Amino acid sequence: MSEIEYHAVAKTNEIMEEDVKGVFVGDEEIAVYNVEGEYFATHGVCTHENVGLADGFVEGDLIECPLHSACFEIKTGKAVNPPAEIDLKTYPVKVEGDTIYVGIEK
Amino acid sequence: MSDDRTFVIIGASQAGGWVAQTLRNEGFEGKVILIGEEPYLPYERPPLSKAALLGEVTVDSTYFWQADALKEADIEVRLNTRVTAIDRDAKEIETDGGERITYDKLAITTGARVRKLPIEGADLPGVFYLRTMEDTLAIREAVKDGTTAMIVGGGWIGLECAATLTKLGCKSIVVEAADRLCGRAVTPEISDWMLNFHTGHDVDVRLSTGIEKFEGDGKLERAVLPGGDSIDCSIAVVGIGVIPNVELAQDAGLDIDNGIVVDERACTSDPVIVAAGDVTNHPNDLLGRRIRLESYENAQNQGITAGKAMLGTAEPYSEIPWFWSDQFDANLQMIGLPQDWDETATRGDVAANEFVTFYLKDGVIDGAISVNNPRDLRVGKRLMQGKKPVSAAELEDPETKMQALLKR
Ligand SMILES: Cc1cc2nc3c(=O)[nH]c(=O)nc-3n(C[C@H](O)[C@H](O)[C@H](O)COP(=O)(O)OP(=O)(O)OC[C@H]3O[C@@H](n4cnc5c(N)ncnc54)[C@H](O)[C@@H]3O)c2cc1C
Ligand code: FES
Repeated sequence: MSEIEYHAVAKTNEIMEEDVKGVFVGDEEIAVYNVEGEYFATHGVCTHENVGLADGFVEGDLIECPLHSACFEIKTGKAVNPPAEIDLKTYPVKVEGDTIYVGIEK
Repeated sequence: MSDDRTFVIIGASQAGGWVAQTLRNEGFEGKVILIGEEPYLPYERPPLSKAALLGEVTVDSTYFWQADALKEADIEVRLNTRVTAIDRDAKEIETDGGERITYDKLAITTGARVRKLPIEGADLPGVFYLRTMEDTLAIREAVKDGTTAMIVGGGWIGLECAATLTKLGCKSIVVEAADRLCGRAVTPEISDWMLNFHTGHDVDVRLSTGIEKFEGDGKLERAVLPGGDSIDCSIAVVGIGVIPNVELAQDAGLDIDNGIVVDERACTSDPVIVAAGDVTNHPNDLLGRRIRLESYENAQNQGITAGKAMLGTAEPYSEIPWFWSDQFDANLQMIGLPQDWDETATRGDVAANEFVTFYLKDGVIDGAISVNNPRDLRVGKRLMQGKKPVSAAELEDPETKMQALLKR
């Protein structure tokens, strides 16, 4: 398994509960979420077409794509309704102090 | 256990494709035959006036499912095949090749076709419509930098086309017979915003204007306006609405009323025939009336319902209509079909092209349209769905957290 490197991407107070923020780590577009006070991260682009999920809508533990309303499970990346059929990649997240870190494979 | 039934679907586009996929997703093991007149696998139409017209995407990338996925799902797709008749007594359909196929259940997803412009010269080469991949490829072929494009009809298709052709370096002129843009779909304030927005992007918009005739020597050269003025142009794209393809169903004696009449489970007046997509007139419980929609989401979700209905497992289909359009750098989205609202509330900055306007009726949201603000629109959709009381003042207040309104 390749090594994971953690990158600071946001402060905890920047992402309210049931909210999402788009960040970049290098060229990788990532969406970071707050679900009931816990933080998660998925690839930031819908698997249906190339639309940023940071403009999407978080409801419970689902993110709804702003373009055609496909929904993904934030924790697993699973595509739960059409038109998306491909799951989203997810990333490990850790919080230290008030900083959110996202783990990317080196 | 094998199933020796055959389910046939007429119309291999978005709704028909979803019927077929749903049958398999739900475990149907009989034969699924998807018949379509066009030469392509089911493809997305929204890019036809956007990315595909710009040349940013390939034909293949617009397919809902690639050929191997359809094959794997064991969906028999017959392209370039037109169904010419449905014989309900014999439970057979007939194709233009003279073949007769027996069905146990049938889905009609024949969609809609463009309304033709009934004027002299409308058949000249250079005059296009925009409904199919072939139309888009033909327009792309005809467009050269600096081409003057006459767009007839200031509705969704016309405005998207004007934006895309402008991006391709054309001079776009939009003529609209009504006194405002997109008048059938949006409110006067949004029409005004559209006019400013397009004019600001160098589109020449002429309201309350029609075309008298097209002229040219063997190909389009000019459009003649009533009164005799003429405008030189080498292409024209006509977007003046569509007509549901009901003829097959009508000839077979199914109930028709601005579309094939279906119930909330996509069933027609014949118990073994369902219908879905642009071609249906269906009840919408949330709006309390019957509607016919021309939208991506309806073709998908009613198609899924119709597939389940063929297996007897459908739940009633009733959703708040949702539609989007992309024009230049503006993403517009609309929910509901607001009719007689008593208040409006605009949140955001209209001049900065980032806002949402809500239409309120008796203190609840009856519809909304957003420009570059899909998120607030989605919260609005939930508020509308839940019939949550909201006031115009709080919706307009930038301090209001939209999501908090849902939690009350
Ligand atoms: C240019 C364009 C842009 C659009 N943009 C948007 C957008 O941004 N947002 C949105 O929500 N919606 C948009 N739409 C609308 C959306 O694409 C349609 O609502 C959707 O395609 C309807 O799907 P359908 O399967 O019901 O019908 P259709 O897509 O019309 O498909 C019907 C199919 O049936 C075939 N057929 C008809 N009769 C027969 C027959 N007798 N035998 C065999 N085959 C037959 C036709 O050839 C066709 O392939 C757009 C549409 C167009 C044309
Ligand atoms: S781009 Fe996300 S659902 Fe289509």
